Amino acid sequence: MIPVELTVNGREAHLQFDPRTSLLDALREHLHLTGTKKGCDHGQCGACTVIVEGRRINSCLTLAVMHDGEAITTIEGLGTPDKLHPMQRAFITHDGYQCGYCTPGQICSAVAVLEEIEAGIPSHVTDDLDKVALTDAELRERMSGNICRCAAYPNIIAAMNDVAGGAKA
Amino acid sequence: MKFDTPAGLNPIDKGRVVGKAHDRIDGAAKVTGTAPYAYERHDAAPNAAYGWMVGSGVARGRIAAMDLRAAEAAPGVLGIVTHANAGKLGKGNMNTAPLLGGPQIDHYDQAVALVIADTFENARDAAKLVRIDYTSEGGKFDLAAEQANAVKPPEGGFGGSPDTAVGDFDGAFAKAAVKVDQNYSTPDHSHAMLEPHASTAAWNGDKLTLWTSNQMIAWTVGDVAKTLGIPKANVRLVSPYIGGGFGAKLFLRADALLAALGARQVGRPVKVALARHQIPNNTTHRPATIQRIRIGADKDGVIDAIGHEVWSGDLPGGGPETAAQQTRLLYRGANRMTAHRLATLNLPEGNAMRAPGEAVGLLALEVAMDELAEACGVDPVELRIRNDVQYDPEAGTQRPFSSRKLVECMRAGAERFGWNKRQEKPGQVRDGRWMVGMGVASAFRNNLVGKSGARIGVDAKGQVIVETDMTDIGTGSYTIIAQTAAEMMGVPLEAVTVRLGDSRFPVSAGSGGQWGANSSTAGVYAAAMALRAKLAEKAGYSVDQAEFEEGLIRHENKSQTLAALAGREGIWAEDSIEFGDLDKRYAQATFGAHFCEVGVDMDTAEVRIRRMGGAFAAGRILNPKSARSQVIGAMTMGAGSALMETLDVDTRFGFFVNHDMAEYLVPVHADIPEQDVLFIEELDDKSSPMKAKGVGELGICGAGAAVANAIYNATGIRIRDYPLTIDKLLKARAA
Repeated sequence: MIPVELTVNGREAHLQFDPRTSLLDALREHLHLTGTKKGCDHGQCGACTVIVEGRRINSCLTLAVMHDGEAITTIEGLGTPDKLHPMQRAFITHDGYQCGYCTPGQICSAVAVLEEIEAGIPSHVTDDLDKVALTDAELRERMSGNICRCAAYPNIIAAMNDVAGGAKA
Repeated sequence: MKFDTPAGLNPIDKGRVVGKAHDRIDGAAKVTGTAPYAYERHDAAPNAAYGWMVGSGVARGRIAAMDLRAAEAAPGVLGIVTHANAGKLGKGNMNTAPLLGGPQIDHYDQAVALVIADTFENARDAAKLVRIDYTSEGGKFDLAAEQANAVKPPEGGFGGSPDTAVGDFDGAFAKAAVKVDQNYSTPDHSHAMLEPHASTAAWNGDKLTLWTSNQMIAWTVGDVAKTLGIPKANVRLVSPYIGGGFGAKLFLRADALLAALGARQVGRPVKVALARHQIPNNTTHRPATIQRIRIGADKDGVIDAIGHEVWSGDLPGGGPETAAQQTRLLYRGANRMTAHRLATLNLPEGNAMRAPGEAVGLLALEVAMDELAEACGVDPVELRIRNDVQYDPEAGTQRPFSSRKLVECMRAGAERFGWNKRQEKPGQVRDGRWMVGMGVASAFRNNLVGKSGARIGVDAKGQVIVETDMTDIGTGSYTIIAQTAAEMMGVPLEAVTVRLGDSRFPVSAGSGGQWGANSSTAGVYAAAMALRAKLAEKAGYSVDQAEFEEGLIRHENKSQTLAALAGREGIWAEDSIEFGDLDKRYAQATFGAHFCEVGVDMDTAEVRIRRMGGAFAAGRILNPKSARSQVIGAMTMGAGSALMETLDVDTRFGFFVNHDMAEYLVPVHADIPEQDVLFIEELDDKSSPMKAKGVGELGICGAGAAVANAIYNATGIRIRDYPLTIDKLLKARAA
């Protein structure tokens, strides 16, 4: 077992992990933060997306012991039923989900994507590398690592646009 | 409550809550990650051990020897379940192959062991140390090779009779002025829901609780009991949240059985989730089909003869993919035939996936209709309108449709989509490097109904509580049930609590075959009528004249609050809806029109969907917000079946090769642009007191054919072997 210090959703935790434990299983099985979902465990579906040190990653593709001293935000850290994050609120308003299983990953990705665009980080579909525009094509491209088999895709894009518009206003 | 005469005016018709767009009442739980799924029950089963399934490495044969010594000696291992120590097991009514194999093996990745350990990592690693020697017996794995050996399957089942014939099909087809005679093929499909099959099991003495991910609670309670050889009363299933199903979770599957066996063996709760790469070969899939369609019409496209033959395969004892069923009802024609033939294949078990039958049947039929339109020189929308029929064309005018608005869907959908801009001749429209085309297809899905029960109560605070074993697989059941209860009891939506997915609650219709929404809300309607009667009696009012509104029961100028009547102990009522023969006397189905615009890259043949749109008639739309989501989601799955979805068969060793989400491709955000959905106003008084019909599967029915027809319109290339991938388009263009 290897000692690891993690700051999860603002709370510091001193933990001991089997070196084989993925960050995803550390969250779900050890910290009981089951909002982060396991869909494929191989980085294929995006359901396990969390935000580590400000960047979204697939938590199934990284080991917990690799994140000593790092800050992690999961869906539980974005908001609660009584105090929803604007993106969580927008997903409800625009019906950006159905079964709910990919939803925490979609929301973590969506929050991070808006920040990536704001920071001017280009994507495969960016026309002007000096000025990354917030377009539907940009959103779709950047969200494509998060599969929704129920296929709420247009509703998710609507939710993101809603939040992005609100932030600008 | 028996439903055997068409519904008259009833409390649902007020439309105060039902029929209005509402946010999902389970939304906050889902967007905050607090909704508990089956593998996440640290609350209910703390200290659960971890099980890892070992699947068979051969498709058909026998286990010659199993050596568990290294696995048993591995760190943290608590026990290993195999056929040798599991005790005598039965087979569930809904299962084709046993869920725990050995010594006989029926298909690749059939479960042969469960390794249980104190941690997930220990269980997974120890599972790799299980040594199994097999005697492989080969098998039949290639549908095309077995087509000639396919036989007529047994009568019965959801698809009706395997053979149907009316009039003189052969004679009429031979004489027809215009003929289409083509073969089509569709591959095996995987449900690929995001939550893997998962269960947590705990025993308390001889009583088993399974927190599981399951669409059909009562079916599965029965099959757990039958498989384990224990009374149904000793089995409790809890399935409040289900991370997608699409038919994959209709049945007891290996995760639940193995968790139960494992928990019994190690004497503590055990949880099992199938690893993603195990799902396509361990569980069920939609079977591949080969289809032949023949349509004979006059020069104006009016159909006189229509025939649809389907070949599919399954394990011994399995069933056919009933892909011709819509052809029995969709279009006119005095001379008709359908036939299903079933080959024995030793691939994993074929079974229902979203809209079994129609989803792949329409991939063929609606392309054949596009071919007929071209052959007659009739617009494809107009062709479908000309061939509309308001009665079951096999039974004649004495069996009319309960309601059928295909023509309205076609007209309204075409108008909204801008169909009049379509160029009749293929390959005419360019947008830069993109060849652009439009396609249309009819949507058709039978409306199934099933007995459904619920209980409903009011407490001292005036809160209405509904309990039923109905499930919400993303379909929006929680919300439409709450809407129904709110409408019936005259309370706001916020005053309703809905509890689902627990076998302690009354048995519902469950989620499948798009029967869930209409049947389960009708069950809640029945229970609510019983509760209204009880409340009226207690209030001393005539129930027929009492009004339920604003949390009150009113009669003339008197009123009492539901809360006061309920008192400290509350008032409860239970009933179920039972359907008579209205679905026999009337053909009941849902209809729609799909439209699609694609761009095809002139050099690479990459296909991009530019727009999808459609108009749909499915009775009363209970919650337009979640119903629209169901339809766009199903349209997307239809687009997947047209463009990318295929389980590729290794015909040497008998398994699906691309058995994970990296290689079984499904549509992602970038594949799906804006989708437009119009619901045509319709009330079906013969479907249920809700006057609703199913809508969850209608959207996939025909959607892929609209994509295929748009590709043809863009390029002039007709591919009849799905999916329509780049390699096939390039090869056809070169030819």
